[in-house]
Amino acid sequence: MPIFKRYYIADIPGLGWLGKFYVTHAMHYIFAIILIAFCVYLVLDFALSKKKISGITVSGFVKACIILGLMVSGALMVIKNLPGVYFSYTMIYVMNLSHLGLCMALLAVSFYTLVTKRGWVK
Amino acid sequence: MTSKISRRVFLKGSFTAAGSVVVSSSVVEAVSSLAKEEIESLVTIIDISKCIGCGECVIACRESNAVKYPQPEKPFPKMFPERVPIQDWSDKKDVTNRLTPYNWLFIQPAFVMVNGEKQEFTIPRRCMHCENPPCVKLCPWGAAKQEPNGLSRIDADLCMGGSKCKKVCPWDVPQRQTGVGLYLDILPALAGNGVMYKCDRCYQKLAKGQTPACIENCPEDVQIIGPRSKMIEHAHLLAGQINGYVYGETENGGTNTIYVSPVPFDQLIFETGKGKPPMKRVDDMMADGNNLARAMLIAPIAGAVAAFSKFYKRIKEDD
Repeated sequence: MPIFKRYYIADIPGLGWLGKFYVTHAMHYIFAIILIAFCVYLVLDFALSKKKISGITVSGFVKACIILGLMVSGALMVIKNLPGVYFSYTMIYVMNLSHLGLCMALLAVSFYTLVTKRGWVK
Repeated sequence: MTSKISRRVFLKGSFTAAGSVVVSSSVVEAVSSLAKEEIESLVTIIDISKCIGCGECVIACRESNAVKYPQPEKPFPKMFPERVPIQDWSDKKDVTNRLTPYNWLFIQPAFVMVNGEKQEFTIPRRCMHCENPPCVKLCPWGAAKQEPNGLSRIDADLCMGGSKCKKVCPWDVPQRQTGVGLYLDILPALAGNGVMYKCDRCYQKLAKGQTPACIENCPEDVQIIGPRSKMIEHAHLLAGQINGYVYGETENGGTNTIYVSPVPFDQLIFETGKGKPPMKRVDDMMADGNNLARAMLIAPIAGAVAAFSKFYKRIKEDD
């Protein structure tokens, strides 16, 4: 995001890559790969394990929904970035804003659960 | 009556049916384009051996697109922090020797020394309209778009003027005008800085089946436009006839503008800098991202393999 340079964040030693857009693009994809693999592992591992839980917490459910939304909107944006793929203005705008909004929401909910010490499961 | 369903029709039908249930029609159109439909980009060939530098294309471009030019409100809102640059071309609308928000095409004078003799050229320069345009793909605000005919354009109503499109463009084509656009209605002091402008290939004319103004008004027929496959073939034919060279076919993974020159492009000497793009060799800037996108398909499989491996190990231990 150009705003990292504007507000000197990319000037902080070690964070210069935030102002290099092809680097941030690749980093974004690499972390998406790790996130997708990790989420699939966690869900399947939970389904295959004998662990018994009495349910998922409300904040845990909200976070899971946000992460799913991030993965869906992110996947659509990855498709959009492939050569020869054309989305409408509306679709591009909705994808960008929803991905950004969901990211902000995840940060806020994660901060809330960290402070209030709420876990994912009951 | 027998009916035959081709693969293309089947794919199109499948995508459409799935899309109507699950996602919007826009996604369906985009995904179905992955099935390599008949859509072909339009490519322009610019034969620089024909250009006489008369500037008719520049005038035609300015007339055709004047209605899209920025009309900034002054004084500009003060922006924070101080280092945010004000870029104002509204008092320099007559500048035609470089790219500006009011000049989307300019004539770049160049020369080359051949056996001690100076040969001069004039090169019409504007957006290359890349096959996979980084300006469109990497805009964080979703303000840029590529159309199936290969043109890319920036929506002046959505652009925040962050200039990321210019920084990721190998030719630094988009140009910013401060004091105009959406950012004025949000947080003008804290985010955004105007609107980015560049050639949109007269999309309004193309939509009506007309030719872009620069091509239509060139007295020397320097430019021609047509479907990519035919134009690539034609560009090489032209280059072959003059024992010449092409530029733009493979640059940045392929562009929809192909220059043909009787001299090697890397021997052309001309002024480059702000608003004056170079003609360097450009690798596919989106290649790393596209390779990682393919690797992304393996991510869920890797996660599943790890989970099943753990499960299998546990079963064996239980036995």
